[in-house]
Amino acid sequence: MEFPAGLKYSKEHEWVRVDGTKAYIGITDFAQDELGDIVYVELPEVGAELVAGESFGSVESVKTVSELYAPVSGKVVEVNGRLADEPELVNRAPYADGWMIVVEMRDPAELEALLDAEGYRAHVAE
Amino acid sequence: MAESRHTPLYPLYKDQAKLTEFGGYVMPLQFTGIIAEHQAVRTAAGMFDVSHMGEVRVAGRDAVALLNRLLTVDVERIAVGAAKYTFMLHEDGGTLDDMLVYRLGNDEFLLVPNAANTGRVLAWTMTVRAREGYALDVDDLSPGVALLAVQGPKASEMVRALAGETDQARLSALGPFRFVENVTLAGAPVMIASRTGYTGEDGYELFIDADEAPAVWTALLAHGASAGLVPCGLGARDTLRLEAGLPLYGHELSDAISPLEAGLEAFVHWDKAVPFIGQAALKRQKDAGIPRRLVGLVLDGRAPARGGYAVYADAADDVPVGVVTSGAPSPTLGRPIAMALVDAARAGGASTLHVDVRGRRFPARVVPLPFYRRDRKK
Repeated sequence: MEFPAGLKYSKEHEWVRVDGTKAYIGITDFAQDELGDIVYVELPEVGAELVAGESFGSVESVKTVSELYAPVSGKVVEVNGRLADEPELVNRAPYADGWMIVVEMRDPAELEALLDAEGYRAHVAE
Repeated sequence: MAESRHTPLYPLYKDQAKLTEFGGYVMPLQFTGIIAEHQAVRTAAGMFDVSHMGEVRVAGRDAVALLNRLLTVDVERIAVGAAKYTFMLHEDGGTLDDMLVYRLGNDEFLLVPNAANTGRVLAWTMTVRAREGYALDVDDLSPGVALLAVQGPKASEMVRALAGETDQARLSALGPFRFVENVTLAGAPVMIASRTGYTGEDGYELFIDADEAPAVWTALLAHGASAGLVPCGLGARDTLRLEAGLPLYGHELSDAISPLEAGLEAFVHWDKAVPFIGQAALKRQKDAGIPRRLVGLVLDGRAPARGGYAVYADAADDVPVGVVTSGAPSPTLGRPIAMALVDAARAGGASTLHVDVRGRRFPARVVPLPFYRRDRKK
């Protein structure tokens, strides 16, 4: 189970990689492992406004549907189009090719509410 | 809520599998992954712990008479050594359970009900026995019996490889829905080996004394793994049975869904000497015209349809014409598939319906069941 240092994590199992005012968002290795084979990812359109803590899409495994929750607020500026045909990338590389969206953050101070790698590791061990 | 029970095989996989609660038992949901396990069963072999299923022995002078009242098939016509798929109905024609009935002897049968229904199958059997005055014994063997399903194109030879020469011949001779009693596999006694399953593939289901079952599970894996045998969970069992068009109680059949609505009239015998319980109500449903029918759906796109999703005739309609009973991505077809109960007028072939997937409607082609049929050429 990987918990890369340098990422921020939400208790709802999303990760955030900060690049200036942009936030790359995906789901964690723990989340993809819990879900099992991912077969469908529903993501917002570019331009959609996200609010931290609210649902921005869903990820579906063979057995279940899970909501995706925005770890930060802001406008979606990029969506990983590969996931439409290759949702299994989320299983294979949750922190790399399995990224989901890029958000132009409205309030980078929201990042302070997220966990660091050690905090998230402790959270999932609970 | 009663605490979930464990099967005799649970200690062998509890640390390797993702677990789930089903029918009052803690069961494996998946080992390596549902899709990989599904494909192993389609191409090689998988083994499933299905010890949650019930085993109810019905034996005695009036066994045939009682079972002919309780079950929709004519048990008189089942040969000793054969198993038959059947229903136990309520008086109103709703389905109390679906099950296999094994004829062990002239007056001795084994019912294999669903885990969640075993208690009420037992209770109803006792009630009718008392009410109608039949003389026979009814015994719940479930706690002492493990059930292991080995399924897939290579499954049968893997099972036979654990048997001695005589038992190999007995197992080889079995056609579909036939069984033998008292075979030895890897030195362990197996009570019943039957050529049955719930995956659409060839294979055996093995009824084994709870204390002996771990040895068989372990030996099968040790001998079969190199040829592609993998342990499988209920997740793959569900996608496999869905592709094979097989009903799951609580989804395609229920207290409120009759076998006629589920398209399973082939397992209803109308011409028995004595009518079965529920026959009059079922006949009325047939004569009045069955209001809804089970259909197969193949969806456009990748969004999986799931049980409970509404089905519409037109993408813009407000009033649904049916509901998805089971749905999943089909690993074999590479598309989402579903079974749905829809208004009979919409169940005709070659029509297109629409499934509401959490607010978005996807076209779904009505197709004949099953979605998958194995290639039977040797």
